[in-house]
Amino acid sequence: MPKPPPLLSLKHISKSFYGNAVLEDVSFDVGPGEIVGLVGENGAGKTTLMRILFGMPVIAETGGYGGQIELDGAPVSFKTPFDALDAGIGMVHQEFSLIPGFTTTENIVLNREPMKANLACEVFGDRMSVLDRATMRSVAEKAIDRLGVKLDPETLVSEMPVGHKQFTEIAREIIRENVRLLVLDEPTAVLTESEAEILLEALRRLAAQGISIIFISHRLHEITKVADTIVVLRDGKVVKSAPSEGTSVRDIAAWMVGRSVETKRPDLASRTFGEEALRVERLWVDMPGETVRDVSFSVRSGEIFGIGGLAGQGKLGVPNGIMGLYAGGGSVTLHGKPVPLNDPKAALAMGMAFVSEDRRGVGLLLDESLEWNIGFTAMQIRGEYLKRYLGGLLKLRDEAGLRKLAEEYIELLSIKCTSPKQFAKELSGGNQQKICLAKAFAMQPDLLFVSEPTRGIDVGAKELVLKSLRHYNRDNGTTIVMVSSELEELRSICDRVAIVDEGRIAGILPPDADIAEFGLLMAGEVKEEAARA
Amino acid sequence: MRKIKEFAADFGWPRIIIFLFLVSLFIVAPFVGVSISRSLSDTLNRFGQNAILVLALVPMVQSGCGLNFGLPVGIIAGLLGSTIAMQLGLTGWLGFIGAVAICVPFGLLLGWLYGQLLNKVKGEEMTIAMYVGFSIVTFFSILWLLLPYSNPAMIWGYGGAGLRTTITLDNYWSKILNDFLAVRIGSGFVFPTGMILFFALCAFFVYLFFRTKTGTAMTAVGSNPDFARAGGVSSDKMRTVSVMLSTVLGGVGILVYQQSFGFIQLYQAPLYMAFPAVAALLIGGASVNKASMINVVVGTLLFQGILTMTPSVINSILQTDMSEVIRIVLSNGMILYALTRKTKVSK
Repeated sequence: MPKPPPLLSLKHISKSFYGNAVLEDVSFDVGPGEIVGLVGENGAGKTTLMRILFGMPVIAETGGYGGQIELDGAPVSFKTPFDALDAGIGMVHQEFSLIPGFTTTENIVLNREPMKANLACEVFGDRMSVLDRATMRSVAEKAIDRLGVKLDPETLVSEMPVGHKQFTEIAREIIRENVRLLVLDEPTAVLTESEAEILLEALRRLAAQGISIIFISHRLHEITKVADTIVVLRDGKVVKSAPSEGTSVRDIAAWMVGRSVETKRPDLASRTFGEEALRVERLWVDMPGETVRDVSFSVRSGEIFGIGGLAGQGKLGVPNGIMGLYAGGGSVTLHGKPVPLNDPKAALAMGMAFVSEDRRGVGLLLDESLEWNIGFTAMQIRGEYLKRYLGGLLKLRDEAGLRKLAEEYIELLSIKCTSPKQFAKELSGGNQQKICLAKAFAMQPDLLFVSEPTRGIDVGAKELVLKSLRHYNRDNGTTIVMVSSELEELRSICDRVAIVDEGRIAGILPPDADIAEFGLLMAGEVKEEAARA
Repeated sequence: MRKIKEFAADFGWPRIIIFLFLVSLFIVAPFVGVSISRSLSDTLNRFGQNAILVLALVPMVQSGCGLNFGLPVGIIAGLLGSTIAMQLGLTGWLGFIGAVAICVPFGLLLGWLYGQLLNKVKGEEMTIAMYVGFSIVTFFSILWLLLPYSNPAMIWGYGGAGLRTTITLDNYWSKILNDFLAVRIGSGFVFPTGMILFFALCAFFVYLFFRTKTGTAMTAVGSNPDFARAGGVSSDKMRTVSVMLSTVLGGVGILVYQQSFGFIQLYQAPLYMAFPAVAALLIGGASVNKASMINVVVGTLLFQGILTMTPSVINSILQTDMSEVIRIVLSNGMILYALTRKTKVSK
C-alpha cells in the first residue's frame, strides 16, 4: 500500500525556556487515520511539543519555537488555540475542563449550541434566539455514537464516574465538523483498566473514520496495542520512531530511559552497611497526586536507598508520609522502635530529618534570614541555640550560636550569599536547596530523607548537592533515603533503587542493573510480562 | 542623593509624608494660637493611652492571623476586669492591679475561644475577626444590663440596675499611671512617666517573648505554616497562643486607656476601638504579616500626633469643628491604603 501524504508533519521543532533546551530537532509525521503513540519520561518534552502544536500562548510568551509545522503540506503557525481548533485539531487535556453543573449534552455542544429563532429575534437580533434542545441532544448522541460508548446525554458531569467525563471530553472534540487530528494527553491515567480498554476501542473506531490521533501515555502496553507508529522522546529529542508492529514493551522502555553512557559503580563492592535501620511495612499515604497504596521496604544503617518512579505514582508520598506531613497508616520502625505516623514532631524527635521536594513551599522561610532557616528545626526539636537566663526560667534565642551555625554551613556547602542575615528568598534555587540540606544536617539526623534534591537547579549545583549528600553519608554514616525522578541521579549515588508504580513498589534493583529493567518497572510492565511469559 | 532615596524607600513614603505633615502642623500651631507645650503633652498622653492597644495587634500579625480587628474581645476582658475591680471596691494601685489581675484570666479564656474560631477560618481571619468584635460587643451590651453589679457609682441612678454607659474612675484609679513620677515642665507640659514606663515594660515583654522558642515558632508559623509544620510545630496551637496573648494585651491596653481617660466606657464604646489601633500599626510600617516594636512606637506617635494636632490647628484656621471627621477620614484612609499594599514591610 503506498503511503498517503501525511496530514501533519512536524519538522525540526526546537524550543527552549530561558536558555534551557526542552526540544531539539523534533520531526515526525502523522498520516490520515493514523494513531501515533508518543512516549517519554516526565520532562522529555511531550507536553511542550503539544503546546506548540496547539498554539498555547505560553509558547509565544517565552520566545516562540524553531522549526516548522505543516498541515496538509502547507506550513501553519497557530497563534492561539482557537486557530488550532479552526484548523481541525482537537485536544483532550490531562485535567478535565468540563462544567460540573451541566449535563453531558450541554458540555458536548458548549459554545456551539444549535439555536432556534423566535419572534424576539426579529426585533432584537440573533442574541434573542434560544437553545434548540432537541438538536443539541441529537448532535451529542451522534458524537457519543461515533465513539461507540455508552453515555447518558442527560447526566450531570458532577455525577459521572471519571471514565465518562473523559468520554465527554473526547465527544466534545469530535463533534466539530472539520476535526481531523485529535491529541490526547494521558487520557487513560485516571481510568480503570476496563474503562481504558473501552477508550482504546473508541480511538480505533475514530481512526477508522479517518481521524488522526496523537496518543500520549505512560502505559506502554496501551501504546503497543493501539498505536500504528510509536515515537519515543527523550531529553527533547526523538530517539526512536518505529512502527508498533514487532516492537515490544521492553524495547520502548529501554528507548525511553536509556542513556548512551553506562553507569559504572566500582564503589559498590566496597560499601558496607550495619543493622537494619528503617523498616516500612504496608505503608499507605494519602498525599494528593502522589498516593501511596501499599509500600514495604527496609533500609540498612549507612545505606543510601533510592526511590524512583514516574511523577504521580506515589514516590513522593513515601517520605512525606513517614515524616507525618500527610495522613498515612501502616507500620514504620526506626532501629526497632515504632515511628508514630501523622506526627511530624515525633518523627523529627526520633532522629529523622526531611528535605522536602517543595523547597519554597515547605522547605524554607522565604521571608526570614538564613540563620533562622538553618537553625529553626534544631531549635524547636532539639532545644538547641537557646540561651538560659534567670536559672533556666527564661530561654531566649541564642543569636550568636545561630549565626555561627549558619556561617559553618555556608562555608561547608559553599552557599553563595551576602551574609547569614540575608533573606532566603533572595538566593538562587541551588543555594536555597543547600540551605534546606543545611537545615536537615543541623538536626544531626540518624536517617535523612531527601526528596527531589536536584529539581529545578542548574547542573553545577546538582553536582554539589549530590556530592555533599555522598560525603555526609560517608563521614557521618548517616542512612539516606533519596527520592528522585531522575533515574540517572539515583543510579549514580544509591546503593539500591526501588521503583514505585501506582502506589506500590514495583521492584528493587541494584544501581548498575540494566537500564531497560528500570524502564519496565517504571512503566508498570513487569506484571504483564510475567503473566505472558 | 541616592542615600536619601534609599532611606526614603526603606522608611516608606507614607510615613515620611505623615511625619512632614505632623512637623508642619507643629510649626503652624503657634501662629494660630495653639500652645506647643500643651500639644506635645497631649500627644504623649494619647500615645501612652493607645500604645498598648496597638502593641496588642503584634502577636496575631506575627503568627499569620492578620490584623486583629477583633480587638474588642480583649477590650471586653479589660472592661470585665475594671468593672469587677470597682464592684469589689478596690481603689488606687490595688484597684488598677486588681483590674489587671481579673482581666487576665478573662482575656485568656475569651482569647482561647476566639482562637479556636479563627483556626477554623484560615485565610479569612480579618473579616471574621471584625464580626466577632461586633458580636461580642453587642452581646456584652446585654450583659452590662443584666449582670448583678451593685456599686452605686456604677449603676443607673434610676431603676437601680444595670451599668451606666460611662463610669467615672474618680476616687478609684483615675490617672494612677499618668501621675506616677510625672514630670511637669512649665505651665502646660506634663510627661506621663508612669504610663510610658508601663508601656515600655509591656513592649519589652512582648519583645522578649518573640525571642523565646515559642515566639520563634510563632513567627515561623506566620511566615510559612507548612515550614513550621514540617519543623514539628503545631500551627493551630501557635495561632491560639498568639490570639490569647493579643486578647490579654488588648484587655490591659484598655485598662491603661481608662485610667488615663478617667472613665470606663461601656456598651457600644469598644466597637470601633480596633480601627485606630490598626491604622496606627500600619502607619508605623507594619504589614499584614510582619510587625515590630518599632512599628508600634513610630506608628502610635505619628497617628496620635496627627489626631491631636490636626483638629486643634485646623479648627483654629477654619473656625469650625472638624476634628471627628478628620479623625475618621485619617484612620480609615490609612487602613485602606495599607491593606492594598499588604506585602511590603518597612523597617
